[in-house]
Amino acid sequence: MPKLTDVKKVLVIGSGPIIIGQAAEFDYAGTQACRALKEEGFEVVLVNSNPATIMTDVNIADRVYVEPVNVEFLENIIKRERPDSLLATLGGQVGLNLAMALEEKGILADYNVKLLGTQISAIKRGEDRELFKEAMEKIHQPIPESTIVETIMAACEFGRQIGYPLIVRPAYTLGGTGGGIAHDEDELVDIVQKGLGYSPIGQCLIERSIAGWKEIEFEVIRDAADNCITVCSMENVDPVGVHTGDSVVVAPAQTLNERELTLLRQASIDIVRELGVCGGCNVQLALDPFSENYYVIEVNPRVSRSSALASKATGYPIAKVTSKIAIGYTLDEIENAVTKTTKACFEPTVDYIVLKFPRWPFDKFVTADRTLGTQMKATGEVMAIERSFEASLLKAIRSLEIGLIHLEMPELKDLSDDEIKERVKRIDDERLFVIAEAIRRGVTIDYIYDITKMDKWFLHKITNIINMEATLKNEELTPALLLKAKKMGFADPVIGKLVGKDAFEIRAMRKENNILPAYKIVDTCAAEFEAATPYYYSTYENEDEVTVSDRKKVVVLGSGPIRIGQGVEFDYCSVHSVWALREMGYETIIINNNPETVSTDFDISDKLYFEPLTLEDVLNVIEKEQPEGVIVQFGGQTAINLAGPLAKCGVKILGSSVDSIDRAEDRERFEQLLTDCDIPRPKGHTVFDTEGALRAAADVGYPVMVRPSYVLGGRAMEIVYNDDELRNYMTYAVKASQEHPVLVDHYLQGREVEVDAICDGNDVLIPGIMEHVERAGVHSDDSIAVYPPISLSESVIKTIIKYTNKMALGLEVKGMINIQYIVRDNEVFVIEVNPRSSRTVPFLSKVTGVPMINVATKAAMGIGIREQGYRPGLKLFPDYYAVKAPVFSFNKMSNVDITLGPEMKSTGEVMACDYQFSRALYKACIASNINVPNEGAILITVSDLDKPEAIEIAKGFADLGYEIMATTGTKAYLEEQGVPVRIANKLGEGVPTIIDEIKAGHISMVINTTNHGRDSERDGFKIRRSTVEHAIACLTSMDTARELQRVMSAMRRRRVVSVIALQDLAWED
Amino acid sequence: MHEITKKGKLILADGSVYEGDFYGKRNAVGEVVFTTGGMCGYQEMLTDPTYCGQIMVLTYPIVGNAGVNNMFNQSRKAYCQGLVIGELCDYPSNWRSERSLEDFLDEQDIPTLAGIDTRSITRKIRDNGVMKGVIVPAEASEAEIAELLAAPEVHDQVAQVTTKETYTVGEGKLHVAVLDLGLKKKVTSFLMGMDCHLTVFPASTTAEEILRHNPNGIVITNGPGNPEDVPAAVETVKALLGKKPMLGICLGHLVMALANGAAATKMKFGHHGNQPVKGLETGRVYISAQNHGYVVDAASLEGKDITVTHVALNDGTVEGLKYEGKNALSVQFLPDGEHTYLLKSFVDMMEGR
Repeated sequence: MPKLTDVKKVLVIGSGPIIIGQAAEFDYAGTQACRALKEEGFEVVLVNSNPATIMTDVNIADRVYVEPVNVEFLENIIKRERPDSLLATLGGQVGLNLAMALEEKGILADYNVKLLGTQISAIKRGEDRELFKEAMEKIHQPIPESTIVETIMAACEFGRQIGYPLIVRPAYTLGGTGGGIAHDEDELVDIVQKGLGYSPIGQCLIERSIAGWKEIEFEVIRDAADNCITVCSMENVDPVGVHTGDSVVVAPAQTLNERELTLLRQASIDIVRELGVCGGCNVQLALDPFSENYYVIEVNPRVSRSSALASKATGYPIAKVTSKIAIGYTLDEIENAVTKTTKACFEPTVDYIVLKFPRWPFDKFVTADRTLGTQMKATGEVMAIERSFEASLLKAIRSLEIGLIHLEMPELKDLSDDEIKERVKRIDDERLFVIAEAIRRGVTIDYIYDITKMDKWFLHKITNIINMEATLKNEELTPALLLKAKKMGFADPVIGKLVGKDAFEIRAMRKENNILPAYKIVDTCAAEFEAATPYYYSTYENEDEVTVSDRKKVVVLGSGPIRIGQGVEFDYCSVHSVWALREMGYETIIINNNPETVSTDFDISDKLYFEPLTLEDVLNVIEKEQPEGVIVQFGGQTAINLAGPLAKCGVKILGSSVDSIDRAEDRERFEQLLTDCDIPRPKGHTVFDTEGALRAAADVGYPVMVRPSYVLGGRAMEIVYNDDELRNYMTYAVKASQEHPVLVDHYLQGREVEVDAICDGNDVLIPGIMEHVERAGVHSDDSIAVYPPISLSESVIKTIIKYTNKMALGLEVKGMINIQYIVRDNEVFVIEVNPRSSRTVPFLSKVTGVPMINVATKAAMGIGIREQGYRPGLKLFPDYYAVKAPVFSFNKMSNVDITLGPEMKSTGEVMACDYQFSRALYKACIASNINVPNEGAILITVSDLDKPEAIEIAKGFADLGYEIMATTGTKAYLEEQGVPVRIANKLGEGVPTIIDEIKAGHISMVINTTNHGRDSERDGFKIRRSTVEHAIACLTSMDTARELQRVMSAMRRRRVVSVIALQDLAWED
Repeated sequence: MHEITKKGKLILADGSVYEGDFYGKRNAVGEVVFTTGGMCGYQEMLTDPTYCGQIMVLTYPIVGNAGVNNMFNQSRKAYCQGLVIGELCDYPSNWRSERSLEDFLDEQDIPTLAGIDTRSITRKIRDNGVMKGVIVPAEASEAEIAELLAAPEVHDQVAQVTTKETYTVGEGKLHVAVLDLGLKKKVTSFLMGMDCHLTVFPASTTAEEILRHNPNGIVITNGPGNPEDVPAAVETVKALLGKKPMLGICLGHLVMALANGAAATKMKFGHHGNQPVKGLETGRVYISAQNHGYVVDAASLEGKDITVTHVALNDGTVEGLKYEGKNALSVQFLPDGEHTYLLKSFVDMMEGR
């Protein structure tokens, strides 16, 4: 069927901010969708609240709305733009839920908007448990015995009928939020209670647990003519029981025989046909390891995380093909983008093994429960491509950037054999490492299998790795053995350590013996057809398929897996840098390992190397390609960390030099720079022990900000207010020593200001200055940022411009620089400088109209700012306000304190713009899913320090008609100031307690700050966690509370919903 | 650690040499073909008579993960000449696994070369076409290799694989005569699944002999090699055409085309693995399992009462034919899975619908 003729203007829904369970994969999918639609000549209107995405670039869609992704705003956009159709299946669960809501509310019908691709009825058959069950029963596809409950009583009744264990899944939630496995009635009651709260429709599915079975997935694509293919099979190394997003996954499935594969493939196709999905669909199945019995676990009638993985694993562009199907094409009409000669209607065959490894945030959330189950906890993932399981696994581990380059965790060395055997039972993020350690200690595969039910094939492969370690340790390292180790994926430093040499000696030996990686093409067809894709992976085999051109080329390092502190924004930067370099005529080469991103689409750069970002792996590519140099400043800390080692190996770092980076990162050299430039910073000292810390604190004065010098990104950073707290910190939080000093700085309480600027060595362009709503002390990425600044005086702005210029030029920056300032009493202090792209660049680029990465890349390559047509200095402020607000995933992480502090906790961000500041901020709050109540009671329970500030806030909210509740101390304080307050009982002060009232729905919002320290036993912690569990807003900074109160007051008699397309913000400087 | 493995090599007719670990007791010589379907289906392919006389190169680099179970054999034995693979899995893990692939290869006497970059061979064959090759131990002399490579091309593969005697199988309602050019079990089972019982005849059986059994319909099976190598079968089919409903599969499809006056040509590297096939009557595309090195020459169909019903989506080659007025159809692929509708048409023909 040819393309639909009645479609002219398509509305595409993006997935909103990055949260656990919904990461960068939807930027990749949405970007592909928009490009595919534009390619067909359609006008594309895009809605997505996440500014850190490529898809919200003004050149990706004709009309870009960075607005809250909800029904009210969507309706407004539809009203303004009058699209004739809607594409919702590429925006994740958010997109699907919205499409259903728009349909139910009659909005699609009212505005005559046609839904493209998978229709509502099919979405419902896939999503609604009861309809799904009916559909499966109709085509005789087995699903585990289950029931849908809306009450706890019904759940218990089912438990008595079927027996335990049972799995609980709340309906319509992301990544299985609130689900779990119940082993008895008590657990069931607990999980169902929470689950009912999480489900937007108050339903939970309870089903027989098939934990321990093989978990197999198929990615299926079907078109409107009912042609149906499977793109790829996947097998979870972790059997059923661990969320697929938290599982190590291989593709294709490895342990099935042909009959089983055929059986499950046909089941998947039959299911997708019965549901009537049009486009990509993910089918999850559980297969009994000892029979051909299987169950259908779940279907996602949309493009998903798994389809991003399948796309990158095979080279088959699922999102693009899904979009083309949505506009009427059939699979046999769509070109295979890889071969250019064959069609999209085929089943990719691969000749390698892909392994996906999740990246968890437990390094940031040290107190979080690390147990893996039905609730996804990973923030991101890496993918590795190799020709053997062993090599693929080791490559994936190297890609994770968790401080490991091998299947070995040093911490486990301290455990006894018995402890290790015991640890095998724990299903957590370290399980594979524990298993490896167990095998290393001689624990049998059978023992491990009996506990974990991981297929013995995988366990045996891990054993191969352990055996190779032993061989390397015990035998002489001959070239033949070295080759064998390299084929198995052992990194040079790992081999070196085992044989008592350093990594460079191993590298030299490899080169001497011509043991070099060969690069193979990912081509969807196992070499059956010639491929046009420049998509490569390394392996130690004979034939290298890369043709090195004689063009001038540049390598751009990607940013690896999505994690807290390094999100999709760096992928945005890498991609824009590549585009700028291509504009300049360079051949561009990307090295990255994240399957969810735009940068790893094979048509972004001239060449894509899907590799770990370690020195060895990167050097191999560089030696192969011989580029002019490498750009590191756009790949986040991952790439920056490689700059020094690469430079040492003689690789040219383009843009700011390694010395510039070092001068910003090395405390002494940085202080020298500030002294030279005459720029003040909060007073501080470097200390090596507790005594030193106490002396330093006495000198600089409390409160002090303390942090170890050797970790980045705010880890283990705290603000302490007295000697006791400082002693406590020095004893428990860090291990200070001569090698690992601790920094003690005076904590300046003031406005935090952030600047991203571009320097070409002579001139400095400052596209914008952002001011944070929260005072310094809250991590900058957890703060609400406002552009242009709202409270800075002219003299302060002048000073900031002056300092920015001085530091950019002083550091000899070529490219991006990010500076954080604190403003107190009209005085400006510098707290941090990074000569690289920051997380705020995509936001600032969008709201200032300056394509910052483009300009910075060109500046790094030697084209001056003036030459590029830009005037140095601070760009004029616009007439509108733009607000960037953080988004958290606390509901996925039990036991994590939600109080904001110096350690970053947000997983994503949203943006909102408006000509009125209040509306911009209000929209940002809505977009970030802060559940702002319009009425009800607000509980205020704050620390003594914050009580004076609470008065104005409480009065403001009371004036708006909210009831104010407070605990005894705060109540007395507020009532003295004339605020009427209802008492809230602290825990243990009688019933109902605060938590009871939260549970009962009597409290609509909580404002809570605590006395310092983070003892999780405290009442505050329990209260804050219960707000998460009951999905009510909890503000932990007085600044956020104050600003929110002002905004709500300003918006009270104004319309909230008002939208602006980014294209309409364009204005001349 | 197991004993030091023997070394061996694959030498192609163009002189290229690939060295690896040798498993086997004899040399192998044959046409070297690559197949993309060996990830799970290695045992099925090894025992598929269609590969008779060929050295099979598997594109998937890890082979043997699910071990071997006799129930998966497609015929009496493994007919393929030799096997070239990446990693030979020494630790199969599947509940159906009775023994390892290595043991099976040993028992079936299939010389195997492992540890090979099979992708590089695939690329060579893709670019230069299929060619002859030999697998020998590392110490084999140049002269020995030259002699092996000089061995004349074989043409009697069908005679090697066809049943020696006529036999019957199944208890279904309809009686199907099967002309065995290299029958594999999948064909037997899907026919039985259509409520048929079968009488299987050797490839050399005459038309009279088959008609004497008065079947409801006739199936010309899959099999190895060039259809021109089985002129007797072509004659038999010619004589049977129009007399009974007829279905041709793979080699059977080519033989039927020849019997109708069309011609077959050799393909550069054939179709071995999953291929999308478009049904011209339905407009639908289904993925099919394929394994053939020859194809019907589309030009030779001109002016004949033959309709092309299926084409390969990727290269446009002929994949299915309908012989007008003769109650006969043939396809180049296995009509199972989503192609079962073809079997239903055949059954309809037999039932006079």
